[in-house]
Amino acid sequence: MADTPPLAAGATARSTRRRMRARDLKAMPGFKVAGWACIFALYLPLVVLVVFSFNDNRSVVKWTEFSLRWYEAAIENDGIRNAAWMSVKVALVATVFSTIAATMAALATTRTAAFRGQGLAYGIINQPLMIPEIVTAISTLSLFSLVKQITGVTGVGYLMAAHTAFCIPFAYMPIRARLEDMTLTLEQAGADLYATPWQTFRYITLPLLMPGILAGAMLAFVVSLDDVIITLMVAGPGETTLPIYILGALRRGITPEINAVSTILVGVSVLLVLVLFLVQGKMKK
Amino acid sequence: MTDTSLTLAEQESRRRRRQTRRALLAPALIIILTISIMPLGITALYSFLTPGTYGGVLWEFTPNAYVQFLFERDIFDGTLQFNDSYLTIYMRSIGLAFGATIGALLIGFPTAYFIATKPREQRNFWLFLITLPFWTNLLIRTYAMLLILRDEGLINLSLMGVGVIERPLSILYTDTAVFIGLIYTYLPFMVLPLYASLEKLDFRLVEAGYDLYANRFQVLRHIIAPIAKPGIIAGCILVFIPGLGAYITPALLGGGKKLMIGNMIAIQFGSSRNWPFGSAAALILMALVVIALLIYARSVSKGARARG
Amino acid sequence: MTSDTAKAPEDGTTRRSMISARELTKMFGQGESAVTALDNVDIKIRENEFFTLLGPSGCGKTTLLRLIAGFELPTSGTIELDGQDITALPPHVRPVNTVFQNYALFPHMTVSENIGFGLKMLGKPSGEADNRVKQMLSLVQLEAMANRRTDQLSGGQQQRVALARALAPAPKVLLLDEPLAALDLKLRKNMQIELKSLQAETGITFIFVTHDQEEALTMSDRIAVMRDGQILQIGTPKEIYDKPTHRFVADFIGDINILEAEVEGAEGDQTRVRLKDGTTMLARSTGADTQGHCAVALRPESIRVAQGGEAPALTGQLENLVYMGSAHNLHLRLGSGEELVVRHGGSTDGIDLSPGAQVGVVIAPGGVRVLA
Repeated sequence: MADTPPLAAGATARSTRRRMRARDLKAMPGFKVAGWACIFALYLPLVVLVVFSFNDNRSVVKWTEFSLRWYEAAIENDGIRNAAWMSVKVALVATVFSTIAATMAALATTRTAAFRGQGLAYGIINQPLMIPEIVTAISTLSLFSLVKQITGVTGVGYLMAAHTAFCIPFAYMPIRARLEDMTLTLEQAGADLYATPWQTFRYITLPLLMPGILAGAMLAFVVSLDDVIITLMVAGPGETTLPIYILGALRRGITPEINAVSTILVGVSVLLVLVLFLVQGKMKK
Repeated sequence: MTDTSLTLAEQESRRRRRQTRRALLAPALIIILTISIMPLGITALYSFLTPGTYGGVLWEFTPNAYVQFLFERDIFDGTLQFNDSYLTIYMRSIGLAFGATIGALLIGFPTAYFIATKPREQRNFWLFLITLPFWTNLLIRTYAMLLILRDEGLINLSLMGVGVIERPLSILYTDTAVFIGLIYTYLPFMVLPLYASLEKLDFRLVEAGYDLYANRFQVLRHIIAPIAKPGIIAGCILVFIPGLGAYITPALLGGGKKLMIGNMIAIQFGSSRNWPFGSAAALILMALVVIALLIYARSVSKGARARG
Repeated sequence: MTSDTAKAPEDGTTRRSMISARELTKMFGQGESAVTALDNVDIKIRENEFFTLLGPSGCGKTTLLRLIAGFELPTSGTIELDGQDITALPPHVRPVNTVFQNYALFPHMTVSENIGFGLKMLGKPSGEADNRVKQMLSLVQLEAMANRRTDQLSGGQQQRVALARALAPAPKVLLLDEPLAALDLKLRKNMQIELKSLQAETGITFIFVTHDQEEALTMSDRIAVMRDGQILQIGTPKEIYDKPTHRFVADFIGDINILEAEVEGAEGDQTRVRLKDGTTMLARSTGADTQGHCAVALRPESIRVAQGGEAPALTGQLENLVYMGSAHNLHLRLGSGEELVVRHGGSTDGIDLSPGAQVGVVIAPGGVRVLA
């Protein structure tokens, strides 16, 4: 320890030691361990899953050698391929519509003076985050079955509509965040230089907002890909998405193909979120 | 509310702005209202109807669904007998959700503190690390947890390998498994709001505490925790409410035996073909959610009033 | 509470009005908490004029500028541009361009694209637009930066891009909102000269907003001094400096001494006033009929130390002596308790300037003015 000042008469060694230890003020006993343990515990299951998807034998715990056979099997599996394609189809449509709706909503609710009904509008947009998913799922199912009865129209459109609805708040958040970072001065400068409101939007607002829109779209895509409960309730026969397929497969028993498919799905999510994170990092500049 | 001091031009401009705003908001609001919110009304309606034979509903009004929640009709003499099976499910769900909230808090608080005390440049990285699992598929994450908890899973194998136990512990398909699963699922939801609160902590207050002879525990209890309180409350709500309605975690880790509300509702719309009852159960769940939100709102405003 | 002196400028010709505002009022908020940013302002700005709005923050100068640009709508009143009523016109229709305080350059465009933006929005053919951009680039000496992104430029360079961008569409009026505020002193001085010559070259009406009175005095053809949403005085720099009509204006521009006095009566075209310690003197009047209690203004440089047996007009005790290089600043305490600052330019030989000494001063003729 560095030179300590001479102890005043009566100060005990114990209180001095306590004061010296207190120099590392921010540390709390055990917190560092807990922090690391938490991260470790969060990732351990996923790591195990990923590692064993490359395992050559069927056992999910004993490691023999590195192999891609389960990935080959998964790709050749018709069920998996169809489910993956369905997932992507639904996610693409939901992403496009939810991002457009979210962009418009963000433009309307950000950088403006408070308006009547703002809290309500905000609450409605973020609603999917406030109601338990199972409730939304069965409600939407009830609605769709009613509509099907009345109109007789069926099809994957219902599923896409349901996905669009819950993707909106996820697309909305990054767009709004980006918009809030943009002062109105640039748009004023544009108007000052003879840009009509549409030209201002097209040449100034939109290009600057684009990173936020991309981030929102990616988030919406990920969320749609990963959805289970709402899809479970709302999807009709033949509308099996990848998570639904995995759920069904799990009910029949654990197979290594599931590990492979799961790893692929996780990989896609992680990749998209990584890109999103990097884009947002650049946006801050 | 017309203010006569405004010129005609100003009023005109305000009106145009309002129109634009409404047009911009329309798609998002219409989509969400029609698909997510209005259906809740349909659910409420359905809860008073009769189940159809193959699922769906028949348009005959009856309070049967709500009766069924607490009572069972004896098939012989038609009397109502108290049936606590559904109540048990709700109680279990509340208990598990609550327990998971506490667990998440105990684990999440040190973690959030850990991140908040890291140098500023590193913090985003750690936050990213914590939230990344959230963006992966919940089903897959839960599946991965199942792999770890099962009899041939990592936990049992390592405990047996080290020699602590002889035969595998049956963790899977118990309340404990669901409990662990819930914490695992919602941990990021607890850490993030806690971090948001702790990040604002002025560590000079902590220094002052130590300077005044407080030990670490006292500093934690009297200085840090009160400042982190808004984050604690927000995190608890973000874990409790979704936890109450969890489906996948109990489905996979509870194995169909340890049902929570979410599973029960799903079954009514699936194999049990009792949509009205499922709707009623959903509404009762919503009531619990609303109560939790009210408690949250009250504690937030009380906190605000206390701080003056 | 305003006056527009529509006097002929010094060259004798009468220039027509480019911007004309009548009873212009702007209020923010409603009801009890409403804030009046502009209070019934009348102003006429001529073509080919370098006109400055001068005042402390919150005086309404930026609000007036924004009303002319079209970013705000007036609560009441009208604005005319070159004879056309533009009060309710949106900004993208007005032939007015702005140089913003923090430049507001488009970060996702190059320097050339920024400068050419207005031309593009107006639909000018690309050949013509390119030529004009090149012209602007050489006008502000930024040819080398044509393809750079704006965040790679220094503050001074960004400012010049903002200027070029606003001038490219050849507007009738150029608005400048404290454009030099963020520059360091030397750059500022250079830019002042550049702006002044740009205005003369292009013949565009410049409306310049600043809180720096030195800047206003240096650059302007005419200045409007504002406070609390009102225009207190409009005039040439010389008029504002020599003949302030308002105590605030006198105080705001340059250094000034202000003493309490009572009006005794008129003497010819001047007024006799009596100071607190009983001394009387003649003062130039503002033309308004002042009676009773008033304030009297003396510029420090119109006072000097009495020498060689001159009878002093005022005497005070020397509290502070500051050597400025080119002059001495003496801070005297008069018998009335008021402070008097004297700027003595000549030699101080033979004068007792020890602390606490009694110093007598004489005032240059016409150096005293009565203020409202």
